[in-house]
Amino acid sequence: MIAPAPVLTMSGIGKQFPGVKALDGVDLRLLPGEVHALMGENGAGKSTLIKVLTGVHPADAGTIELAGAPVAFASPLEAQHAGISTVYQEVNLCTNLSVAENIFIGREPRRRGRIDWKRMRARAGELLARLELSLDVSAPLSTYSLAIQQMVAIARAIDIEARVLILDEPTSSLDGDEVEQLFRVMRRLKEEGIAILFVSHFLDQVYEISDRMTILRNGRLVGEHLTERLPQVELVAKMIGQELEELERMHGEAGVFDRPLVEARELGRAGAIEPFTLTIHEGEVVGLAGLLGSGRTEIARLLFGADHAGTGEIAVGGAPVALRTPRAAMNHKIAFCSENRKADGLIPDLTVRENIILALQATRGWTRPVPREQQDELVGRYIKALKISPPNPEHLVRDLSGGNQQKVVLARWLILEPRLLILDEPTRGIDVGAKAEIQRLVAELSGGGMAVLFISAELEEVLRLSHKVEVLRDRRLVAELPNDGELTTDVLMETIASGGRAS
Amino acid sequence: MRRLLWPAVVLVLLLALNVFFTPSFFSIQVTEGHLYGSLIDILRFGAPLILVSLGMTLVIATGGIDLSVGSVVAISGALACLQISEDASLFTAVAAALGLCLVLGAWNGFLVATVGIQPIIATLVLMVAGRGLAQLITGGQIITVNSPAYKLIGGGYWLTVPFGIFIVVAVLAITAFLTRRLALGMLIESVGGNAEASRLAGIRARGIVIMVYAFAALCAGVAGLMISSNVSSADGNNAGLWIELDAILAVVIGGTSLSGGRFSLGGTVLGALIIQTLTTTIYSIGVPPETTLLFKALVVTAVCLIQSPSFRAKAFRRRGKVPSAGPAAEEKVQVTA
Repeated sequence: MIAPAPVLTMSGIGKQFPGVKALDGVDLRLLPGEVHALMGENGAGKSTLIKVLTGVHPADAGTIELAGAPVAFASPLEAQHAGISTVYQEVNLCTNLSVAENIFIGREPRRRGRIDWKRMRARAGELLARLELSLDVSAPLSTYSLAIQQMVAIARAIDIEARVLILDEPTSSLDGDEVEQLFRVMRRLKEEGIAILFVSHFLDQVYEISDRMTILRNGRLVGEHLTERLPQVELVAKMIGQELEELERMHGEAGVFDRPLVEARELGRAGAIEPFTLTIHEGEVVGLAGLLGSGRTEIARLLFGADHAGTGEIAVGGAPVALRTPRAAMNHKIAFCSENRKADGLIPDLTVRENIILALQATRGWTRPVPREQQDELVGRYIKALKISPPNPEHLVRDLSGGNQQKVVLARWLILEPRLLILDEPTRGIDVGAKAEIQRLVAELSGGGMAVLFISAELEEVLRLSHKVEVLRDRRLVAELPNDGELTTDVLMETIASGGRAS
Repeated sequence: MRRLLWPAVVLVLLLALNVFFTPSFFSIQVTEGHLYGSLIDILRFGAPLILVSLGMTLVIATGGIDLSVGSVVAISGALACLQISEDASLFTAVAAALGLCLVLGAWNGFLVATVGIQPIIATLVLMVAGRGLAQLITGGQIITVNSPAYKLIGGGYWLTVPFGIFIVVAVLAITAFLTRRLALGMLIESVGGNAEASRLAGIRARGIVIMVYAFAALCAGVAGLMISSNVSSADGNNAGLWIELDAILAVVIGGTSLSGGRFSLGGTVLGALIIQTLTTTIYSIGVPPETTLLFKALVVTAVCLIQSPSFRAKAFRRRGKVPSAGPAAEEKVQVTA
């Protein structure tokens, strides 16, 4: 296969944010008529690269060439005029407007100063026909499914003579049939010679649609590969950051636990996680491994009662229970540190002290305040134990750094002395020192009899701490592996990549 | 308390303005064992507004709003006067009126927290229907009562001080106790600050929200008793008319954000006093009656602007350096791209 000249070349792109090197010497080239997947874990720099490309952020280093000519876009609008269109994960459309209005919003065809509705509808119809869609373009967008809305966003993007189409996680909220529909459109656009940059966390989809992929890790380029020549397991290894041969045995161990604490039987929720069966014993650390979007958080939320299960049942200590609300789960001594501490964890306007005692106070109700001396004692103890900085309990929590905010949320749950502590990505986005502290803490807690469900994208971490590892892929629990001498990160990656078919 | 600084400054400025126009403004006399003076008047006539504003503060702190308090004021006064005019005891009358207010408030809370209607719509229902209910209670008439005991609530004196001031102090103390000594305040701020995080922390927001709306209605009910007691009559049409808007204003001037979260009871009291002082000022400096509303609007606008940190920053920056419009414009483009 002779590759045609790239339509877009980015080379040596660097981008510095305060305190972080988001991109460092990244190259990317897009070929006309190809679907190019941009791969990497969260924080690898995918979205920063897209933002540099589309002119949201200026690049600190490196060059961008479009069809051989160097370009630097000052705004997404400039990039769009040059033929680079982006469809974001969240559909950026107005569902109350009609399909045609959405396609032409801001650039409606006009005649004598007034909008030429007839022409607008006709052109909208033509554009959609190009995507093999036949819609009533005067109907409100809200009457169509998410997938169709996504197509309308694409129709809008490609209307302006697009040469490059960027699809940032377009499939994350689509079901199987809708994904197929999107892929048909993508193939058609590909045939027209448009270069498509595709970002997705679903490996199967990437392998189905993409021709070529560029892999990023920690802001650096790992490599560019033809999709057909890169086995899935190698892709996972490259994304997570270990060469297969370098993998060494971590020291977690399989243990014998005979006192089941939480048992989930065929627990599931449509669209979130397929029914799964899972037993967590007292003192056991259960790791959840899987890529982002594989259903890790969904399992955690079901076990905490944050979402309602559609199927299945839960037993705590042998007795069946209904976990309809977080409070019900808390009454069974289950605690949950969410991965999204900003949206689901912190009350930004409250102080560190108030945030820490919040869950304890919630269990006591408003009529029985935690006495101030006890508050100060508890908060002081955890500020010290977790090294929360600044060590001032009256500091507003929104002014703390990410790692310290995470510790505040952790402290909130630890003072409840839970029997099962669910930690969803507790070490993400925090520095190495804090990470080690949290890992040590988890080991200590489980030594003391607490069960821990530990979710992390970092497999080493999962292996280091867990007694057994549950492997997830594409919203299914595909395997349960005891952390005996045989389990290594490459076995885990193999399982993630193969979906448990091999093991 | 930095947050109370600006409301306090505004209040002091308003008082100073009054002294400038009326040198005897601060003088307080004792006549027939009663305290008299402009300051006493501000406290006495401002008492209902302070009460309504206290309830409103908690509602706004949960991220809600209560438009129905004005109607509740009318209902409370109407029911109490009706009972008294039918020779019920003072206790029965007051208990019946406040009991009804609690039920109405809980209804608001039920619509907001359980049914999930937006607060502004949920309370709009009672704002409109409540006037009708008040009319129904009074039979469309203005009920006049002659009960010295009832008169004490809003128009009487105790230990030379207007009795209403004692009520305000008591309600303020109870509110402060419930919210700051007990944990209610923190839970309210938590629910208003981040509802989802509060839910995941195990807070039962529903009960708290219902309680807060019931409390707001109770405060409005007490205010309604004071207003009707002061004039010894109940007017279903006009009692407490537009007081909800003054109360919302008082809360905002007091530094509590309309988006919920942190609230300040002290700030609200200052805010209500500012509004009452402003009303007094309009009369004392002789603003022509036909322009009083306009004058009030201008002052309130100015106060709100001074209160806003972003306005202060902007006004300050404009004098300093040229503001860069670059990033804001980019953001806009990104949305439409």
